[in-house]
Amino acid sequence: MKKRMIAMLLAGGQGSRLGVLTNRTAKPAVPFGAKYRIIDFPLSNCVNSDIDTVGVLTQYEPLELNGYLGNGSAWDLDRNTGGVYVLPPYVKGSRGEWYSGTANAIFQNLAFIERYCPDYVLVLSGDHIYKMDYAAMLRHHIERQADATIAVLEVPLEEAHRFGIMETDDGGIVTDFIEKPRQPKSNKASMGIYIFTTAVLRRYLIEDDADESSAHDFGKNVIPKMLGDGMRLSAYAFRGYWKDVGTVKSLWEANMDLIGDKAQLDLNDREWRIYSRSPVMPAHYIGPSASARCSIVSEGCEIDGTVENSVLFTGVRVGHGAFVKDSVLMPGTRIGPNAIVKKAILGEEAMVGAGAVLGDAKCADDLPYDTSLTGDITLVASGTSIAPLARVPAGMIVNNDFTGEEDAENDG
Amino acid sequence: MTDNAFGLIYTGEANLQLRELTYSRSVAAVPFAGRYRCIDFILSNLVNTGISNVGVITQKNYHSLMDHLGSGKEWDLHRKRDGLFILPPFVTRDNTGIYNGTVDAIRSVLGYVRRSSQRYVLLTGSHTIYNTTYSDMLAQHIKTCADITILYNDVTAFDRDDQYDDLRLMLDEKGRVYDLQIDPYRPMTPSQSCDLYIMEKTLLEYLVEEAASHALTDFVRDVLVKNVSTLKLYGYRYDGYVARMNSLSSYFKHNMAVLDRGVRSDLFNPQHPIYTKVKDEAPATYGPDAHVANSLVADGCIVEGSIENCVLFRGVHIGVGSILKDCILMQASDVRENCSLEHVILDKGVTVRAGRRLAGYESFPVIIRKGSTI
Repeated sequence: MKKRMIAMLLAGGQGSRLGVLTNRTAKPAVPFGAKYRIIDFPLSNCVNSDIDTVGVLTQYEPLELNGYLGNGSAWDLDRNTGGVYVLPPYVKGSRGEWYSGTANAIFQNLAFIERYCPDYVLVLSGDHIYKMDYAAMLRHHIERQADATIAVLEVPLEEAHRFGIMETDDGGIVTDFIEKPRQPKSNKASMGIYIFTTAVLRRYLIEDDADESSAHDFGKNVIPKMLGDGMRLSAYAFRGYWKDVGTVKSLWEANMDLIGDKAQLDLNDREWRIYSRSPVMPAHYIGPSASARCSIVSEGCEIDGTVENSVLFTGVRVGHGAFVKDSVLMPGTRIGPNAIVKKAILGEEAMVGAGAVLGDAKCADDLPYDTSLTGDITLVASGTSIAPLARVPAGMIVNNDFTGEEDAENDG
Repeated sequence: MTDNAFGLIYTGEANLQLRELTYSRSVAAVPFAGRYRCIDFILSNLVNTGISNVGVITQKNYHSLMDHLGSGKEWDLHRKRDGLFILPPFVTRDNTGIYNGTVDAIRSVLGYVRRSSQRYVLLTGSHTIYNTTYSDMLAQHIKTCADITILYNDVTAFDRDDQYDDLRLMLDEKGRVYDLQIDPYRPMTPSQSCDLYIMEKTLLEYLVEEAASHALTDFVRDVLVKNVSTLKLYGYRYDGYVARMNSLSSYFKHNMAVLDRGVRSDLFNPQHPIYTKVKDEAPATYGPDAHVANSLVADGCIVEGSIENCVLFRGVHIGVGSILKDCILMQASDVRENCSLEHVILDKGVTVRAGRRLAGYESFPVIIRKGSTI
């Protein structure tokens, strides 16, 4: 059955800069914003933009992501024709290969695209937090009679070197595109969201596959090639909240962006709901001596301590006298009585023993941990436990059960 | 064994003293504990037992219930074989369209009962809330060769005002019922029926046809109580928390009871999850001046004021400077700035304008009708 536009969501990224958070899960399945996972945002955008066919391209630790997507009913994507499809790499004839780049991943799934004969193909990343109407972007693409349209965000010039940067003429037609330039000439950054006219995409993907020197990447190869060939590339300016949550710091910041007076992303927007798979838990409970301020809290939590400026996912327990500040507690986290947790991200089902201190700035100097991934954010892997009374220095990554004994040795 | 049983839920309970709560909805659809409707508990109990064929008999005001149940997807009851069947009243040559009591209602749906392939039926009302599975009860039913097994619990408190179809079981040492009392002036026993009965479906068909032919209308009064000596009735005791939604004060009391950790862990046993319709609300937000103590808060709430001993359903807003004590606020109520509310139940979508004061009393909570503006 013919569709006007289908979406291809690139969800194969390993997310190595998220450290232990992606030990056993793909980046798009990382929990975000008290009850969501990162992939809920692009998926909900699709549904809210009337796109009912989404291919999700996975190859790294797909188990959790597959289970989460299920038949897509949480996003209303359980459709008779279309819906959500998980597309892993597969063996074709005698030969099979992994996805070697973003363009290659789409190339390997051209057959999937052709099943729906779409006029347009939307290519998305699975690691961005934003609300965007792709239908408006499509209208822009059609009005400009473009071969491809790239969503563009103006970023601070000093950060521009991290993005694909483009220059445009007055009509918004792209004149130059450089992936991660050393000396950016503009601040118009590609958001990694593309709409292609299907025939053009198909031709360029086939050409790109034949080119042995190509890294098979949209930003590095396909877009510059199209530009070189004189294809019409349009820039679609996006204004609003957008965050790449590819690093520990940006993941923490994006979570903090949801809370307090300056909340930058409205999750309560009735017109643009973010859908997610619901965990079947009762409403959360806040105890008689507890306190919750400047925070977002999801279902199934039981809070007896103090929670400030934090994001609490489903089923989190905070014991009596415990203090949680500036932290992200992922589903099922347990904070023992009188424990202190400051500026930390705790993975699913992590346990903090009674009286333990996390993110203790005082002992940070004593221990030369590698904090290049985390800065001063303490990171605790899913399922690990912190022993009672242990002190975990700020910026440390706890990947195995932490007893604090190393800590004691150093003190001596 | 449990795949050999189906559920039949009667939602037409009349005479309940729930006042404004049931003006526009049946008791089955009355909101409970922050994000549920009464019927969610019975439905989840049946599903958690492994039953996949459930009929829901609707009577009056069933729009809200139909909207809630939908295809039964949330309870995993949207199936090709069996699943959820909503059975509203209908008019035919021998059907008036309005059920005249439980016997009449069940008789009208005997077609569904006959078509159900399972041998046993779990017949239940919808206003009793508890969390269990029925496997052991069914096993006992089969082992004792009972005609009907009745689920009951032992109650200590007794409040005449709260009495509604209060069926008491006089049990011998083997658990067999030798007498039944309905709405007794002085109960002779603490064993009170939970309004759930197991029997073979052929017995149900026979009893209902027999009662109808004698112009009898009520299954409990006319069938069970009258036939206590001829039927082999057994009791099966349930020891967990049971909430009966008989009156406004019991509604208030049981919602408040959910603030107790013991009651909560009983009603929301993670081994037997309670399913309900998903609303995709955002997580609850607490503002910088929020004060929250001993409260149950659902997703989608925005709390900027102060709440103590409150139950907040989904999407409730509490404005800055407002102080709420002992209140139940249903979905999408909006309490603006600097209000003071005590012992108040706000039905869905009520707006309380800035600075308003309302107070009831524990035994007489103030209730504000759905959609009102104060």
